[in-house]
Amino acid sequence: MRLSKSLNRSLWVFHFNSGSCNGCDIEIVATLMPRYDPERFGIKLVGSPRHADVLLVTGPVVHAMKDRLQRVYEQMADPKVVMCIGSCGQSGGVFFDSYNLDGPVGDVIPVDVYVPGCAPRPEAIIDGVVKAIAKLERIQEAKDE
Amino acid sequence: MIDVILAVVGGTIAVTIIGIIVGLVLLGIDRKFAAHMQARVGPPLRQPFIDVAKLMCKDSIVPENAVVSVFNAAPLIALASAVTLLLYIPIAGFYPLFGGLGDAILVMYILTVPALAMVAGGFASGSPYATVGAQREMVTMIAYEFPLAVAIVAVAWRFSMAGFSDPFSLATMAGVGSGVVVWDIVGPLGIIGCLILLLVLAWVTPAELSRVPCDTPEAETELCGGLVAEYSGRNLALFYLAGGVKTFAMTALGVAIFLPWNISWFIGITGWTALIADVVFFLLKVIVVMFFSVSLIRVSMARFRINHLVSLYWGYIAIAALVGLMMIILDVFMKGGVVL
Ligand code: SF4
Repeated sequence: MRLSKSLNRSLWVFHFNSGSCNGCDIEIVATLMPRYDPERFGIKLVGSPRHADVLLVTGPVVHAMKDRLQRVYEQMADPKVVMCIGSCGQSGGVFFDSYNLDGPVGDVIPVDVYVPGCAPRPEAIIDGVVKAIAKLERIQEAKDE
Repeated sequence: MIDVILAVVGGTIAVTIIGIIVGLVLLGIDRKFAAHMQARVGPPLRQPFIDVAKLMCKDSIVPENAVVSVFNAAPLIALASAVTLLLYIPIAGFYPLFGGLGDAILVMYILTVPALAMVAGGFASGSPYATVGAQREMVTMIAYEFPLAVAIVAVAWRFSMAGFSDPFSLATMAGVGSGVVVWDIVGPLGIIGCLILLLVLAWVTPAELSRVPCDTPEAETELCGGLVAEYSGRNLALFYLAGGVKTFAMTALGVAIFLPWNISWFIGITGWTALIADVVFFLLKVIVVMFFSVSLIRVSMARFRINHLVSLYWGYIAIAALVGLMMIILDVFMKGGVVL
């Protein structure tokens, strides 16, 4: 992976809904609102996984979405970060043990940062992004040494 | 001979570097303007540079069912043709590098090349989203080409009626050397006509640059990025750069035709101070034009549907352009302003 300082300051985000209740998606939209203004840090939403650096996954990965999630993950160009938003992507949450789940997200694709909450507040999502950036910086430093 | 070649090569490289830097700075200013209009802080001015640096160090994926040669060539052609535009457009009152070799009509043709390269790249990427985006881009091109042509040809025709020997040359329109601009030679009716054409050009700019409300071909919410849906890494960075250079070229074209004054014409300064003052004044004009024709429009409007876009440009804006043209023709017949 070729990590760089510019990657940390220009994270383009692709949002993937793997069968969530839309609560987390609304919180993601709230995070992108002028009030929190993530564009200050170069974060912006893009429409194609090919352009994205960060994959935001919400929902518990229902059976029909498993292949799609894997495909979207593979379509993203390296280096990439995966963030899982919401409790149901971590453990199943309110959908725990449902007959139609192939998840949680961590079983389908590798996840870098989990943001718990049902639904997490925008502050929590921003904290998750900060953790993701910190993780990128840590990997970078380890590589530089 | 050798020094001519050296001058051309050196000049082209200089224009490329200046074009890319100014283009990216313009994109940054545009994002800052948009952010402030939405009561946000917005990204730092150098954000486009960071974006390009990041894209450059990402992987560049070529889809399995893409036509590889066209897919990889399209971004290069788009950037190269956008830079070529700058060689024919007078910048800061200088005679354009290739000014003697091409005129406004050539510039209009070259303006379509980056868009055509994107269309070719879109079709070559073998994705249904990119294909739909490419078709929409072609429709958009057909839609805005006519008002743009009317605006440029009307001004050129007015110059020829005023007895200029080389009316289609952009250097003549920008008053390079002569200090005569279009507003000096038109009468009252012509001034109204030129104002209308100025607005038409301002409205053609977002369509030319595929910015909101005319970003129908790229529509990231419905077409996942449309034309460039399959592009990533270096190729996407080249398209990004081409977009910046094109923004610079389009606004410089508007400045050259309708706002070509130099500050040194008014406050009798010469030498280096005049040069610097002119360049700064030119950049200010470019930023003002970009604010009104890109940032303001893109913040205040939602995206057009493709059929709305066509009816807007072929209907209202084409009619406005023709009205402007009629005003200028009437102006000549009524002997307003300078007529030979
Ligand atoms: S975590 Fe809760 S709010 Fe978020 S998608 Fe799952 S069920 Fe909905």
